[in-house]
Amino acid sequence: MNEENQVYFVDSDKLPPEALERKHRLEQDPSFRTDHMQYMEGMEIIESDIKDKVLKAMEEYDYDAYTSADVERALSKESCSIEDFKALLSPAAAPYLEQMARKAEELTKNHFGNTVYIFTPLYIANYCQNYCIYCGFNCYNNIRRKKLTFEEIEHEMQVIAKTGMEEILMLTGESRKYSDIQYIGEAVKIAKKYFKNIGIEIYPVNVDEYRYLHECGVDYVTVFQETYNTVKYETLHLMGHKRVWPYRFDSQERALMGGMRGAGFSALLGLDDFRKDALATALHVYYINRKYPHAELSLSCPRLRPIVNNDKINPRDVGEKELCQVLCAYRLFLPFAGITVSSRESAAFRNGITKICATKVSAGVSTGIGDHEEKYEGKEDADVGDEQFEINDSRSFKKMYDDMENGGLQPVLNDYIYV
Amino acid sequence: MEDKFILGGKEFKSRFILGSGKYNLNLIKAAVEQGGAEIITLALRRANTKESENILDFIPEGVTLLPNTSGARNAEEAVRIARLSRAMGCGDFVKVEIMRDTKYLFPDNYETVKATEILAKEGFVVLPYMNPDLNVARDLQNAGAAAVMPLAAPIGSNKGLATKEMIRVLIDEIDLPIIVDAGIGKPSQACEAMEMGAAAIMANTAIATAGDVPEMASAFRLAIEAGRKAYLTGMGRVLARGGSASDPLTGFLR
Repeated sequence: MNEENQVYFVDSDKLPPEALERKHRLEQDPSFRTDHMQYMEGMEIIESDIKDKVLKAMEEYDYDAYTSADVERALSKESCSIEDFKALLSPAAAPYLEQMARKAEELTKNHFGNTVYIFTPLYIANYCQNYCIYCGFNCYNNIRRKKLTFEEIEHEMQVIAKTGMEEILMLTGESRKYSDIQYIGEAVKIAKKYFKNIGIEIYPVNVDEYRYLHECGVDYVTVFQETYNTVKYETLHLMGHKRVWPYRFDSQERALMGGMRGAGFSALLGLDDFRKDALATALHVYYINRKYPHAELSLSCPRLRPIVNNDKINPRDVGEKELCQVLCAYRLFLPFAGITVSSRESAAFRNGITKICATKVSAGVSTGIGDHEEKYEGKEDADVGDEQFEINDSRSFKKMYDDMENGGLQPVLNDYIYV
Repeated sequence: MEDKFILGGKEFKSRFILGSGKYNLNLIKAAVEQGGAEIITLALRRANTKESENILDFIPEGVTLLPNTSGARNAEEAVRIARLSRAMGCGDFVKVEIMRDTKYLFPDNYETVKATEILAKEGFVVLPYMNPDLNVARDLQNAGAAAVMPLAAPIGSNKGLATKEMIRVLIDEIDLPIIVDAGIGKPSQACEAMEMGAAAIMANTAIATAGDVPEMASAFRLAIEAGRKAYLTGMGRVLARGGSASDPLTGFLR
């Protein structure tokens, strides 16, 4: 049985009986599911020991064993070791949140000054071939699907570029069939006409495909691991290529091998034990940095949000205080890494956290497909695709820019040259 | 005699090179004025933006631009950024910054020598940011650098003259201006470097993260001037162990 995950299961009455039966079997019968640690055909295997190191550290991590003395020692030191980081993530560090924030603020200032980067995501398709039970795009969820044509992509980009935005993150649902690499590559070439800095968040691909996308104009690749607990992962990602945990884990490394400048990492906090996932995410970044010291690395920290057809999904035990603790610990352990806080969080939280440790925020966000004109300029359009999740902070680019500036920060739209 | 600082054939009165990163663009003018800086660095990648945000528009007239190649990971990329900078009208000065390390932002000396050679041949006034090493400094001199910019400590660390002894060697051995760059966290550290004979100081984070940016720029100006004056005057004798011995060691000489 899969009782713990029951909250995620929603049956659409539009599904044919066979599909519904298959869905139920996937949910309830582990033997019906494929081996999530086994690569599928066509998935490139690279040589890397980072997975093993991260999994081992996560397994050994007993956060209840840390005491206030460990936390105080960590806070008094100049550089933060892995052991110190574990203490800072532990429940024993909760009473030290203000001190952690003060230290995080200082480190952020030394590395980034008072700058805060603003970008916007653009979803170009929401087709998906996976069944990830918490995600609005999952293939069994009855939502309006859409894939933008190149004309539509160009139009969306024009609408966004008009606001003044210079950095874009292009996203798709995870479907090679509907959004193949050439489609994404062509979309990137269009983006190059309108934006200075292009990132992607798409399904994991092989090194040669990352290289192709880099040549098209992409320099930053973000892949969320969702949870680093492989056992839990298996119960959440029931079908599709995304089910293969190790192939996903090595994505950032393959992207860097393909020539990308930087990579983004994240666990979706709330899916599993957030302290262990936070440890694993940061160690993933730490070991990649040691192996690829030139790469620009960044962390995100999304928490679960409600989706279309399921408003019960929530971040569980990860409250704002816990999230803040995780982010401050990330900053103390990885002073050089970018930290992105998405529109899943409230305006008040984002205003506050950018003063402590976040270096990048999104603005003017829509997680739907093809609805920027509607959202930015109020033009009605019935032909749009549904959203991946509900956002919380819906501030426009202009409002975000002004709010950041009024908060004493310096909004930066671009700090980058494609060379 | 007037004490002039000559760089790339240009004369400067100020020996304070101000950075323009990490603080609000609209503070740049006041910082330049209060700091008395005549040279200001800027990351070309920050100038690669829309008009209203362009850092170039915030830099007062008469100040010499020192564009840097930050973002470059090798000589080839640095050369491309430098050429782009010249094409954008940022002049012939260029600070070569090549990093293959995002954690400490340490310069890659090997690639820096390569880029310096190419750019100097193309007529740039090349100021390479480097990890203080005598052999590399000589290579940079031979490659045509206009000055050498050794780091005092990791960028943004505010640690002061952590590489003091290495910098002292460069000052003694290299016939180019030695501009101490990166890691200077306080005016007193800038003063110390100038007392040692550094030709100029480049500072950014220490000023950017101060409570009052223009005031801190002013404090740096004073410290740099004080250090320079002390250097020119000649520092007083410092005797290692109290007074001189009463019986001279060379008393046996006839």
